[in-house]
Amino acid sequence: MISFPIIRVITKIIIPYILLFALYVQFHGDFGPGGGFQAGVIFASAIILYGLVYGLPAAKRVAPVKVVEKLIALGLVVYAGTGFLTMLLPLSKGGEAAQANFLNYETLNHSLNHEWVPGGQHLGIFLVELGVGITVTSVMIMIFYAFAGREPVDAKSGKSKIRRESAKS
Amino acid sequence: MIFIVIPILALLALTAVAVARIRDLWAAVMFTGIYSFLGASWMLILDAPDVAFTEAAVGAGISTVLMLATLALTGKKEKPSKVKVMPLIVVGITGAALIYGTFDMPAYGSAEAPIQQYPNPSFVEKSKEDMHGLPNVVTAVLASYRGYDTLGETAVIFTAGIAVLLILRKDQEGDA
Repeated sequence: MISFPIIRVITKIIIPYILLFALYVQFHGDFGPGGGFQAGVIFASAIILYGLVYGLPAAKRVAPVKVVEKLIALGLVVYAGTGFLTMLLPLSKGGEAAQANFLNYETLNHSLNHEWVPGGQHLGIFLVELGVGITVTSVMIMIFYAFAGREPVDAKSGKSKIRRESAKS
Repeated sequence: MIFIVIPILALLALTAVAVARIRDLWAAVMFTGIYSFLGASWMLILDAPDVAFTEAAVGAGISTVLMLATLALTGKKEKPSKVKVMPLIVVGITGAALIYGTFDMPAYGSAEAPIQQYPNPSFVEKSKEDMHGLPNVVTAVLASYRGYDTLGETAVIFTAGIAVLLILRKDQEGDA
C-alpha cells in the first residue's frame, strides 16, 4: 500500500480519532457503554492499521515489542494489584483480617473531594478496567506482530504482502 | 423495527452461505468481515452496545486482518473438494436439533423469560446506589459485583496471548 497516497494520508488523519475514541470508551465506560475489553481492541486496531499501511517496522517503532510484551503482564498485575490493595488497606488501618476482602472497592473510599479524586467503587472500577484495557491492547498488538512477521510457508507463493511493504519502507 | 430486523437477519444468512460456498479465500475473508459487521448491527438492535463494540472491533477489524495475514502466507484458493454425505448428515441433524431446541425458548422480550427473572431485578435497581452513582449497570456487574470473574477473564486473555506467542515465535528466534 506504500504507493497509495490517499490511504496513507487518510490513515494519518483518522488514527488520532481512533485512539481518542478508544480512550473515551475506556474512561467513560462506567457511564456509557464500553470498558476495558472494547477500548483495548479499538486502541490496538489503531496501531494495527498503522502497521498495515506503513509497514511492520514502522509500527514496531511506535509500539516496540519489548514494551508491549511487558504490558501484557502489567495489565494483569494492575488488576490483581487492585485486589490486593483493597485487602491490604483495611489491614494497614488496623482492621480485622476477616474484613480484608479481595477486590472490595469500598475500602478505597477516602475523604477527599470526590469530584476530583474518584473514590470507592468508582476508583476500583477505574483501576480494574485500566488493567483489562492494557492487557487486551498489548495482547492484540502482539498477536498481530506474530502473524504479520512470519515468513511464507509455501516457497512458490513468494513473500507475504506485509513483508514486502515493510522491506520497501 | 421489523423493517430493519428482517433484512439484517436475511443478509446474515446470505453472507454465511456465501462464506461456505465461495472458493476464493480472499473473498471469503471479506465476507466474514461483513458477517461480523452485520452481527454487530444486530447486537445494537438488541440494545447491547457493549457487545456490538466488541464484535465490530474484534470480528470485523482485528480477526479480518489476522486472516489476511494468514492468507498472505498460504494460497489464495481453496482446493476443490467433493461433497461428502456423512458430514452433511451430521451437520443437518445437529442444526435441526438446535432449531428444535429454540422452540422451548421464551419469546423475545417476554417478561416471564428467565433472564428478566433470575438475576434479581433489584440488581438493576440497587446498582446505582451501591456504586455511589455510577449509572452503567453492565460495568457495575462486570467490574465490581463480578470483579473476580473478570480477573479470570483477563487472565484467560493473558494466557491466550502468551500461548500464541509461544507457538508462532518458535521459528524466528532472534528476529523479535
